[in-house]
Amino acid sequence: MRNSAFNILRQGLTGNRGWPRTWRDRTPNRRYDVVIVGGGGHGLATAYYLARRHGLRNIAVLEKGHIGGGNVGRNTTVIRSNYLLPPNTQFYEHSMQLWEGLSQELNYNVMFSQRGQIVTAHSEDQLDSFAHRANVMRANGIEAEILDRAQLRRVLPYLDWSDRQRFPIWGAILQRRAGTARHDAVAWGYARAADRLGVDIIENCEVTGIRLEAGRVTGLDTTRGEIAADRVGLTVAGHTTQLCHMAGITDLPIESHVLQAFVTEPVKPLVHHVVAYGADHFYISQSDKGGLVFGGSLDGYNSFASRGNLGIVREVAEAAIALMPCIAPLRLLRHWGGIMDMTPDASPIISRTPVEGLYLNGGWCYGGFKATPASGVCFAHLLATGEDHPLAAGYRLDRFRTGHLIDEAGAGPFAWLQ
Amino acid sequence: MTRLSQGGRIDRSRMLRFTFDGRTLTGHPGDTVASALLANGIRLVGRSFKYHRPRGILSAGAEEPSALVTRITGDLREPNLPATMLDLAEGIVIESQNRWPSLSFDLQAVNGLLAPFLGAGFYYKTFMGPTRGAWKVYEHFIRKAAGLGRASEAAAWEAAPVRSDFADLAVIGSGPAGLAAALAAGAAGARVMVIEQDAVPGGRLLDCPEASVEAAWRRAALDRLAGMPSVRVMTRTTAFGLYDGNFLGLAVRDDASGIGALVQLHAQRILHAGGALEQPLVFPGNDRPGVMLAGAARRYLTQFGVLAGRRVLVHSCTDHAWQTAFDLADAGAAVVIADQRPMPAALAIAAGSRGIRVIDQARITATRGRSAIRAARVESPTGTEWIACDLLCTSAGWSPALHLTSHLGTRPIWLPELNAFVPGPLPPDQAAAGAVTGALTTGAAIAQAAEAVRALGFAAEAPALPDLPEEPHALTAPVQTTGRGKAFVDLQMDVALSDIALARREGFEAVELLKRYTTTGMGTDQGKTSNLAALRAMADRRGIAPAEAGTTVFRPPFTPVNIGTLAGRALGQHYKPIRHSPMHDWHLANGAEMIEVGLWIRPWFYRAAGPDAGAAYIAEMKTVRQAAGLMDISTLGKIEITGPDGATLLDRVYANGFAKLPVGRARYGVMLRDDGIVMDDGTTSRLTDERWFMTTSTARAAEVLSRLEFLLDTAWRDLRVAVTSVTDEWAAMSIAGPQAQAILTRALPDLDLSEAALPQMGVLQATWRGSPLRILRISYSGEWACELHVGARAGEALWRHLLETGAPLLRPYGVEALGALRVEKGHVAGPEIDGRTTLADLGMGRMVAKRNAYAGHVLSRRPALTAPDRLQLVGLDCLEPDKRLRGGALIYGPGQPESGHGQGRVTSVTFSPELGRYIALALFAGGMAAEGQEVATVHHIRGERVRARIVSPHFLDPEGERMKG
Amino acid sequence: MLRIPCPCCGPRDHDEFRYGGDASVPRPAPDDPDPEAWHAYVYRRQNPKGAHREYWQHVLGCRQWLVVERDTVSHRIGSVVMAREWQA
Ligand SMILES: Cc1cc2nc3c(=O)[nH]c(=O)nc-3n(C[C@H](O)[C@H](O)[C@H](O)COP(=O)(O)OP(=O)(O)OC[C@H]3O[C@@H](n4cnc5c(N)ncnc54)[C@H](O)[C@@H]3O)c2cc1C
Ligand SMILES: [Zn+2]
Repeated sequence: MRNSAFNILRQGLTGNRGWPRTWRDRTPNRRYDVVIVGGGGHGLATAYYLARRHGLRNIAVLEKGHIGGGNVGRNTTVIRSNYLLPPNTQFYEHSMQLWEGLSQELNYNVMFSQRGQIVTAHSEDQLDSFAHRANVMRANGIEAEILDRAQLRRVLPYLDWSDRQRFPIWGAILQRRAGTARHDAVAWGYARAADRLGVDIIENCEVTGIRLEAGRVTGLDTTRGEIAADRVGLTVAGHTTQLCHMAGITDLPIESHVLQAFVTEPVKPLVHHVVAYGADHFYISQSDKGGLVFGGSLDGYNSFASRGNLGIVREVAEAAIALMPCIAPLRLLRHWGGIMDMTPDASPIISRTPVEGLYLNGGWCYGGFKATPASGVCFAHLLATGEDHPLAAGYRLDRFRTGHLIDEAGAGPFAWLQ
Repeated sequence: MTRLSQGGRIDRSRMLRFTFDGRTLTGHPGDTVASALLANGIRLVGRSFKYHRPRGILSAGAEEPSALVTRITGDLREPNLPATMLDLAEGIVIESQNRWPSLSFDLQAVNGLLAPFLGAGFYYKTFMGPTRGAWKVYEHFIRKAAGLGRASEAAAWEAAPVRSDFADLAVIGSGPAGLAAALAAGAAGARVMVIEQDAVPGGRLLDCPEASVEAAWRRAALDRLAGMPSVRVMTRTTAFGLYDGNFLGLAVRDDASGIGALVQLHAQRILHAGGALEQPLVFPGNDRPGVMLAGAARRYLTQFGVLAGRRVLVHSCTDHAWQTAFDLADAGAAVVIADQRPMPAALAIAAGSRGIRVIDQARITATRGRSAIRAARVESPTGTEWIACDLLCTSAGWSPALHLTSHLGTRPIWLPELNAFVPGPLPPDQAAAGAVTGALTTGAAIAQAAEAVRALGFAAEAPALPDLPEEPHALTAPVQTTGRGKAFVDLQMDVALSDIALARREGFEAVELLKRYTTTGMGTDQGKTSNLAALRAMADRRGIAPAEAGTTVFRPPFTPVNIGTLAGRALGQHYKPIRHSPMHDWHLANGAEMIEVGLWIRPWFYRAAGPDAGAAYIAEMKTVRQAAGLMDISTLGKIEITGPDGATLLDRVYANGFAKLPVGRARYGVMLRDDGIVMDDGTTSRLTDERWFMTTSTARAAEVLSRLEFLLDTAWRDLRVAVTSVTDEWAAMSIAGPQAQAILTRALPDLDLSEAALPQMGVLQATWRGSPLRILRISYSGEWACELHVGARAGEALWRHLLETGAPLLRPYGVEALGALRVEKGHVAGPEIDGRTTLADLGMGRMVAKRNAYAGHVLSRRPALTAPDRLQLVGLDCLEPDKRLRGGALIYGPGQPESGHGQGRVTSVTFSPELGRYIALALFAGGMAAEGQEVATVHHIRGERVRARIVSPHFLDPEGERMKG
Repeated sequence: MLRIPCPCCGPRDHDEFRYGGDASVPRPAPDDPDPEAWHAYVYRRQNPKGAHREYWQHVLGCRQWLVVERDTVSHRIGSVVMAREWQA
């Protein structure tokens, strides 16, 4: 059944009894043409585009828990395309364009809300570097604005403009098309749309081994039996290295770290944009339910435990009220963590691997939610054709060897160590 | 009035006045806002999230889903506070929320009529047309309708106290288990902290009348604890989270100021004794004001002397609810019990003796009453009837408050006899006792607590058990009933059984999916009275046992915590430490405009030179170029390096060679990261054979020191070298300009500052007024210049002395001028050393042409880092006299389309008074190979296009004649 | 907060320390010209789920670099030794 206002009315009048399952509950087949491991945003999007754009039908997505239980359902949902370096600039802008039509494409309202993202600047040098970024964006056909102090003050009157502000605000960069989306809906929407195209979405199915013969992938061991496939795509976010270990790849340039997210109790609309603090690690937006959703920096040491530490909770709270003192009385409702696959240059990997038939989509660090549609498109292209998608050719695994790094922050390898 | 003439632990001798939605009401010390509202006969307290249905007070504790209010203290607005947890205070102002225009008449209540169309997840299925951008319009209205209380844009919060604390044993909860544990561990001499969220310790003992054995035991226990110096009982304190390392986050309420304190408690051992939360039954119309948890009604009676209803219907499946019925009846209410179970014989006799009517095997299938409950329809084998009531007490049993036990990953397990989850196996340094484990009687809790304390390793003795009366505590699994009207599972989020059914139909069956799709448990109460019911509802529909369905993961905080409490004292200027140079006070007293540079506050410019930075820096540059300037450079990182292998260390960490640096000389050096990218630059002077003095950039000081220590501690352990930060030991200033040498010579007449004694890059060590002085002949501005490093305490004196000696020629200058002077000389700084540039990119490739074995050298030779088209340092001359260059502009070569990423960018710009035009440093593809080319610098944002020529970045005095003086 | 028992200073909260990452990858000799060796040192990681040996520096204490054994799932800390004394 299509999702529409008409069907909501019709169903509402008849006890809402006619709504079908969002995706079918499937038991795995013995063999698939392509198996995607990981039912997060990237895995589901990849499966969807494989079916939609490449006409493949015999596809499975294997998820160890339930759909959307990973980072796609834990993240703070900031979507923007204000990247400085090629190929990021064009890749994320392509993703943005896909977001702009995603609800309609999937027939599922992912609540993509282009409310604008603002990053504050706290020195002249920082404003110059924002200007550089904004100029790159404009020159690539992406809208961007620089606000001076007075302009920004009109837009965000509730920031600390007093002389108590430790790091006075000089201005900001603004991307109006940036915003947020409802993370769960993205996972469910892709799952539903892929399911409608015949993709098997298999939950509670953990991959426990990767079968190889003569350096090629032949199939997977799972908690629901053995599944044969000669093309396997990994989209397991924080568990990328663990899955690669199963294929004998033990030295990926990836470390797993925890990033926390925070939400306050719901309040009436207060924060109308996505706002990021340029002087430190803090960013915030307000969900449609009314909760202020915010985040900060990584917990700071390798971790596979999806929980955070009190020290970072405090640091983030400090940064929050340094920028927005008015939210001090609001109350933190919940905080949680997700396991991030961090790469040395903080840019992703969409790549072949040394094992034939095994493809890798990972290293999304804290920024992969916004990439979901484009990542799906590019990874589907790689899986279907064996060729890099032109937008993602820079995301190959060998870039660390050749030096073609994509280091937006200029922070250097594993900078979170320092 | 529902306040009884006697009873309760309130101070009836004093009266407190407060306002609720503008009405002035009264209560007593010891009241909560909830008890005071009830005492004033107020039941309608809030509106629900989605349907804006009238809601009252369900509970007497932190689990309250409905009675959320805003407290206003002066400018401070605190939304969403449960009235049940707010101490009443004189003059406090309370407002109801989420209603318009008023609480009793709320226009958005029409949502209730649309309920069939607003089921779980309806928004995912619509609002997608007619155009792609339509969501923006819908969202505007949805956002306005959502949210509970209103926040203020004003900054009214004050710094909150924060402290760290330590305990051998943290006891979470002060009910019978908690108190017994504290007694046992305290008697064994342990440092114990008992943590209680309520204003009064006692937990469920507070439900017992003052005359009871339980109440007497509580009083005695508290007396004994008060006499134990190693035991502290913290009330109004919530253990909101358990974190790795056995850290408990404690939030301490301060209802007078509203500013709660934070305690980080490091506990060697933890005893979870947080009790269990009574659950409401699910039946149609179970959300009307006047529907209350049975235990809460008893609490209002015994603790506050409030009889919450005169005609009471008790609907339950637990023995405990009967005690409420008895106590309310004894206090004068007319009570009917409708139990879901077959008649419990023993209790029935007690009920009969009080004249209470009992209906067994009862189900409620509907209720009536607009803004408060008036009647409930009770179905039982004996028939169906409407029973009038003004208070409907419900109890579906207990859900242990096991939240903190699971914060570190322990999965709860299902306890069939309790029909609920209890903590899973805990790590050896944690234990649980009392109702949190499913032990529902006072006696069991006390016995279990002592046992747990022993298991945690304390030499505790078994406590003397009081002679407690029989405590009936049988219960069965609750039955959820449907019928006409919504049967709410989650009162705050307005999730009803019909939503759970829909979620099941659509495949959102797993508990986490159920929660996310229906929003059950996502409210401010985090589902304390709804998660279990939702789980049961789903399990029933799937035909599986609740144990099989599992439970959602509990996340901190246990109850919401103010962001301001978490931030503690880090407010405003206290957000980050402030660093001042030893000459700071002088700068302030002498007209410096200061600016934040990292953690430092530095002179930006001096107002004597001009009214603003733009005017002043040019005047200050002229002073330096034409006379002499003095700059405070104390912020440089300073590292002392000592030991026989110091030269080897330097030779490895700097890309350019340092092995042969002679004593008495300084050298400029650049460090690379191990990946071959430039990390920092600075100078190092050799003071003696085995002693060096390194300076780093202000920004990278800590990082450089740590890196040196890392290399020495981990990889180069054979090197005999020590490194120490001496940044704060030295005040540093740079004197520069054509008159600098003369002034310095006059100022320091005892020293020989001749070219022979102090040549370019020479180092001189001396003493000035008893303080050590190091003079390094180093120039950043390109003029004859020296860095003077003097013992920090003598910094201001030397600074004054130089300025006095040099007056009127010598003037101070600030960071704005410093940045401009270095551009004229083509020195790179932060904008160029941006973490992506190599030595060759910065024009320093030749420095290392013949060297190997320095950190970063191998990876700096990777193909992409040596490609000919890399962005490399160039100078730009502005070719349009009436225009200016700007940082951040893109650069396009001749004939290049002006789009994409450009061939480079302008990094640092200044007006050069010497040259009379704007000049800039830039990074340009291919670098100086394009010397002489005309390029366009385009600032797309400003719509500016300025022509410029690529020139050498050494704009001024490329041969370095001026430095020679 | 993790509690790291510093061999010099006793148990301290981890926010007194600076994290230095995986300690299992040896640094090539300063004059090692092999790009593979440096590539491995700078970029490649085992990233184990479980026991991890890692560097921490007690920056707000003795400033020693330490080698700490920590479980990346439970965050329990095992042995802690000074990096200078650690035998790989
Ligand atoms: C707190 C936080 C905030 C963030 N904020 C943002 C943001 O604002 N903007 C942004 O763009 N990005 C953000 N991110 C990053 C973003 O969430 C991730 O980059 C992205 O979601 C990762 O891709 P995914 O959705 O496919 O991952 P996931 O949803 O994690 O999917 C991976 C899936 O693989 C499954 N899996 C793992 N191992 C196995 C196995 N052996 N067998 C089968 N299945 C397996 C997992 O269960 C999981 O469901 C944030 C992340 C976090 C944690
Ligand atoms: Zn130490």
